[in-house]
Amino acid sequence: MMRLPVFRLHQPESLSDAMALLASSDGETRLVAGGTDLWPNMKRRHQSADVVVSLNRVAELSGIRGEVGGEVRIGATTTLAAVAASPIVRAAYPALARAVESISSPAIRNMATLGGNLCLDTRCTYYNQTEEWRTSIDFCLKEGGTICWVAPQSPRCWAVSSSDAAPVLCALGARVRLLSPAGEREVSVADFYRDDGIDYLTKQPDEVLTEVVLPPSDGVQMSFWKLRRRGSIDFAVLTAAVAVRRDDDGVVSEAAVWLGAVASAPVRSEAAEAVLVGNALTPEVITEAATATRKVATPLDNTDFTLQWRSKMVVHYVEAALREVAGLERERLAPNHAM
Amino acid sequence: MDRYTTATLRVNGQDLQVVFPTHHTLLEVLREECGLTGTKHGCELGECGTCTVLVDGEPVLSCLALTAEMEGRSIETVEGLQDGNELHPLQAAFADLGAAQCGYCTPGMLMTATALLAENDDPSADEIRTALAGNLCRCTGYHKIIEAVEWAAGVVRGDAGAGPAREVLFGSSVPGEGS
Amino acid sequence: MTPPRPGQVIAPDQAPPDSAAGSTHEDDLRIVGTPFRRVDGWAKVTGQTRFADDMTFPRMIHMRLVRSTLPHAFIQSIDTSKAEEMAGVVGVLTGKDMPEPFGILPVSQDEHALCLEKVRFVGDPVVAVAALTEDQAADACSAVKIEYEPLTTISSVDEALETHEPLIHDYGDEGNLHKKISLQFGAVEDGFAEADEILEDVMFYEGSTHLPMEQHAAVAVPEGGGRITLYTSTQTPHYVHKVLAQVLGMPASRVRVIACSVGGGFGGKSDIFNHEIAVAKMALVTGRPVKICLNREEVFYCHRGRHPVLMHLRTGFTKDGAMVAQHLKTALDGGAYGSYGVASTYYTGALQTVTYGLPRYRFDSIRAFTNKPPCGPKRGHATVQPRFALEVHLDKAAQRLGIDPADLRLNNLLPPDSITANYLKVGSIGLGACIQAVVDGSGWRERFQSLPHGRGLGLACGSYLTGAGLPIHWNHLPQSAVQLKLDRTGTVAAYCGEAEIGQGSDSVLAACVAEVLGIGLDDVLLCVGDTGLTPVDLGSYSSRVTLMVGRAAIQAAERARDRLAEAVAEKLDVPADRLVFAESRVFDSGSPENGMPFAEAVQQAEEKFGALATTGSYAPPRAPGRYRGSGVGPSPTYSYSACVIEVEVDPETGLYRVEHVWIAHDIGRAINPVLTIGQVEGSVYMGLGEAMMEEQVFRRLPKSRSSALVHKVPSMLEYKSPTFHEMPPVTTYLIEDPDPEGPFGAKEVGQGPLLPVIPALANAIFDAVGVRIDQVPIGPHMIRKALEDKEAGGDGRYGPKSFPDIDFGVPLMVPTPDEGGDGRATNTEEAGVRKGSGTMTDGVRKGSKP
Ligand SMILES: Cc1cc2nc3c(=O)[nH]c(=O)nc-3n(C[C@H](O)[C@H](O)[C@H](O)COP(=O)(O)OP(=O)(O)OC[C@H]3O[C@@H](n4cnc5c(N)ncnc54)[C@H](O)[C@@H]3O)c2cc1C
Ligand code: SF4
Ligand code: FES
Ligand code: FES
Repeated sequence: MMRLPVFRLHQPESLSDAMALLASSDGETRLVAGGTDLWPNMKRRHQSADVVVSLNRVAELSGIRGEVGGEVRIGATTTLAAVAASPIVRAAYPALARAVESISSPAIRNMATLGGNLCLDTRCTYYNQTEEWRTSIDFCLKEGGTICWVAPQSPRCWAVSSSDAAPVLCALGARVRLLSPAGEREVSVADFYRDDGIDYLTKQPDEVLTEVVLPPSDGVQMSFWKLRRRGSIDFAVLTAAVAVRRDDDGVVSEAAVWLGAVASAPVRSEAAEAVLVGNALTPEVITEAATATRKVATPLDNTDFTLQWRSKMVVHYVEAALREVAGLERERLAPNHAM
Repeated sequence: MDRYTTATLRVNGQDLQVVFPTHHTLLEVLREECGLTGTKHGCELGECGTCTVLVDGEPVLSCLALTAEMEGRSIETVEGLQDGNELHPLQAAFADLGAAQCGYCTPGMLMTATALLAENDDPSADEIRTALAGNLCRCTGYHKIIEAVEWAAGVVRGDAGAGPAREVLFGSSVPGEGS
Repeated sequence: MTPPRPGQVIAPDQAPPDSAAGSTHEDDLRIVGTPFRRVDGWAKVTGQTRFADDMTFPRMIHMRLVRSTLPHAFIQSIDTSKAEEMAGVVGVLTGKDMPEPFGILPVSQDEHALCLEKVRFVGDPVVAVAALTEDQAADACSAVKIEYEPLTTISSVDEALETHEPLIHDYGDEGNLHKKISLQFGAVEDGFAEADEILEDVMFYEGSTHLPMEQHAAVAVPEGGGRITLYTSTQTPHYVHKVLAQVLGMPASRVRVIACSVGGGFGGKSDIFNHEIAVAKMALVTGRPVKICLNREEVFYCHRGRHPVLMHLRTGFTKDGAMVAQHLKTALDGGAYGSYGVASTYYTGALQTVTYGLPRYRFDSIRAFTNKPPCGPKRGHATVQPRFALEVHLDKAAQRLGIDPADLRLNNLLPPDSITANYLKVGSIGLGACIQAVVDGSGWRERFQSLPHGRGLGLACGSYLTGAGLPIHWNHLPQSAVQLKLDRTGTVAAYCGEAEIGQGSDSVLAACVAEVLGIGLDDVLLCVGDTGLTPVDLGSYSSRVTLMVGRAAIQAAERARDRLAEAVAEKLDVPADRLVFAESRVFDSGSPENGMPFAEAVQQAEEKFGALATTGSYAPPRAPGRYRGSGVGPSPTYSYSACVIEVEVDPETGLYRVEHVWIAHDIGRAINPVLTIGQVEGSVYMGLGEAMMEEQVFRRLPKSRSSALVHKVPSMLEYKSPTFHEMPPVTTYLIEDPDPEGPFGAKEVGQGPLLPVIPALANAIFDAVGVRIDQVPIGPHMIRKALEDKEAGGDGRYGPKSFPDIDFGVPLMVPTPDEGGDGRATNTEEAGVRKGSGTMTDGVRKGSKP
């Protein structure tokens, strides 16, 4: 049986206790919420910790506040199941509900949290393996080695940003609040990420993500499409999150087009947005905008499916998401694809 | 805070005082400290659903739940499903329809289905699929499991007519051969 | 309504379908043919079933293995000194503690419990460490230092053919080829000369693994009297027993193997594994019970799954679609050890002849050693790959000849009671009825080739053994035996070596006994899968259990019934042949009130004869083939299945969804229909998994930078096993035409229904979008590629381009029955074949007794 390594566990009951622990703790310290990312990583020994601080007893971190039409705040340790089931989220941010509902399996969603999802470690099929396996190929850059097995010529790590909530929250212009013993700050979800497989967050290790702040969604139409092998359990190999605001004539006034799982951070397609803004969502405009996303996505061979095919799917998935927003059918694909 | 934790776990309605290594998951403690080997494991990484138990009524993967965090929560395992010596309708239906073939995924399936029926005692086949989609089974092809949950839901609802359709038991009638 | 209680018949009011008629027993059967709760059902739903990892014993310690991190290397040194000093460590073993080689087949004794001088794949076990806890054992494993001298890695059949040095093994037919076969049945070239059309195909079937939900586990317990008991997750306790005694150097009489309930096998637990031997040795060395439970990645290293097979198929057809000659070439990527590989190699050719008439046939094959986990038997054992090739090939032939694919098959069915060109004796064949059922059920005649672009129907068939005709260690002993003990309470205890792996073998055993003796299922107690207490059954492989255990059980039960009848007849003063055994009573058929409860009948018989016990056994009839290689393929009877699949394909992305599966299976008779359907649905599931997404594939890192060759997807997450969402609706038809060889007429159902599923999907995709994917699993990118190719004016095909040029030498020539052959080869000398008719007995190691 795969077992965890030994560590010390703290279960603070308030944010201030958590801050004190973070400030005083010696040795490698990690936060845990649902543990659905941290524990598998520690069992495979590609993440380690001397001390683990659990956020689960910090009541103030959990819950959804706000109402449809206004700003909505989701506490970091709110479970994905609670996010997906929330009437507010379903009504105001249906694309977020769909994204969160698509994550892994029902049991995982009962444990996993939104904060953990946003902090999810980047993934790579050369990395998310047991220690023995990684020894066989020799450790890569992400573990202090000297080579990236996916792109041996490259100086950087290309591990994949795999959070399904992240691209939607980027498209919606959401922000996250971060608290550390040194103080508090707020940053946009887009700026929370860095396109680097190793240093993928702009967050400091002692910063706790306390909540996600969603702007009012009045008049925003949104969609989220996800490609993966199976209709459950699997991580996405590609996601498309779109949000548009249209004026009374149906002309797009604001657009956000984001892709997930194709780089080490969520990726924005400004080219696609530029095609959309100022135009009505006709099939032709949608196809043109979708085609414009081709250049931003640079998937590599470190997920399921062949790389070439995955790259080609980007356009289809963006197109499908936009067509859904426009009320046009996309017959043969499902938004949350399963073969 | 130490290598070992002492905690009172509420398992299947009873309080158990247990001492266990702090880094051990609920899966390990249920099987190794509590002697409840009914909960199985297939990956220990959250990828198969085999280890599902209920925590406060909700399906949770015991391989990713830290036991030290379980104090004060109510844990239910397959060993707690029976009512005395009577099988729970889900158990009975699984046994009757061969929804348990090798039986290894069965405890996880039963617990997930128990949570589903607690919420919805008349689930459609699609709702059953969605609820159980994180539980892999290599034996059955899932149909008998869906049919067993449907049957058990009927029993739970008190639907006198609940029972498997003829083709569930005998296969479909061969076209052109009457009946 | 409350669900019925254990063992109670679920639907007494639901009469079996009329199609079950035709059996002599029909009117009398009370249990057989009626859905009943499986006898192990209660334990499985309550958590009471004990799988191997659920066993604990006082003083038990835990073992883990250190596995090779290199694909091919000499072991230079092993340093366990640091590990030995670590907290909790009780014992450490290396290869030299168990130097005796072993292998499941007598001809491939090429494994060691722990590697001796060489490792052959990443995951090959080298050191075993036992400690008080599994955590401690794992920590100590990390402290073991092994130095290696790397060797050239062979990752594919092509590389094996090119690489003459180094050799992965120092035995085999040629270089790195483990096995090379060439067989010719009849004047094949004359056949091709007569053909109106000749069709040629190259196809590839990727390897896949069983992925049982239960990870392998074993507990070894040292016992008094110099004995050892191994509780293990195995389909074949008998073979584990043999090999364990061989490697431990102990008399077999001191070794006892108990097959625990198996949490899924599918062929993956029918070999003997390193950890089973090492854990037993560790128990003997430490004097304590020792447990090992593999983690998921290690299960991928045990493997013994589906061989990747490249196939070249060339067939001559007449205008009306009859096959006149066929030449099949297969190349198997065997992985690092022999395992069942010699049998697998023959199986890629053996069953091509049992479905449709094929008067002349040539079969050439190689199996290569490669530095990957060993392949072996998975559901449908090596007949699945050539079946895929044949059924897609026939679809293409039908298209070329302008014949409906269903008719092409129906018109050319092998007649019942045939002897095929390769000397397989085939009895009943329900394939025609199977095809008819799925054709009617799916609306094939109206809908095939008429659905909108993107939607399609595909049809395919299959056939499988109901038990291999020959045992692995060739002998004339029974292959299955049952002992019954009757006691005064009316309880009948049945002892049998069979292993319940989920397929329902316990229920078959209990049903056969209860049916014959007229008692309830609850009146039968089972003791199974224990080499110490139960008579031998060879194990749960080759779909042999229902037939062989069933026949042995019926014989034992009939003998018991005869004894009881003799005593009761005397007591009631009626002729024994007028007595009826039913409803737990024995009574006069003329006046049913004149009788006694079953328990009293037992007492009567005990008074007359003393304590009551009977035995039954079964050995399959001898097959007519007498050539070398004829040992693989014979079976007491063959099952048949036909399948139609409806698929929806998105031509823009290549993504597709299986909308419906219609499957008909020729089962002879369903002993328990509800479990039978479960086997069909489970087979469809596994077949779809292989057709759509499952693959055991490897990563070769850039050669310039690394010699690594690692499993690409060694986890539940990455190895794609379909979930609830991927499983389409299935309509199952059971075709019941009782076969005289089967118990109550039953044939197998555990494996056969998988076979037609894979080609049916490929054929359906062709109907949907007009491209041929000659390779599985069928990924969406393949469909896209083929469509792009077609748009560019190509032939719209995705698949392998060529078969390697291999000199198969002079084939072993066997004249067919039609040509007046007697089952023997005519050129044994010239073909360079050693004498003997069995394939697996040649080169039997000294000291390997039956
Ligand atoms: C089989 C499987 C499939 C999965 N599929 C998907 C999928 O399809 N899509 C997807 O998005 N995810 C998927 N996941 C990943 C994971 O389950 C989710 O992303 C989940 O939301 C992570 O949340 P958690 O609370 O469990 O995180 P944890 O494991 O608790 O934490 C993850 C990381 O975030 C840090 N962290 C957690 N909370 C905070 C906080 N409040 N402040 C600062 N840092 C914090 C932790 O230190 C840790 O490094 C899958 C996981 C598994 C095992
Ligand atoms: S992308 Fe390269 S460096 Fe990053 S985890 Fe994968 S192999 Fe390692
Ligand atoms: S064992 Fe917990 S999900 Fe597989
Ligand atoms: S019954 Fe065997 S895995 Fe589900």
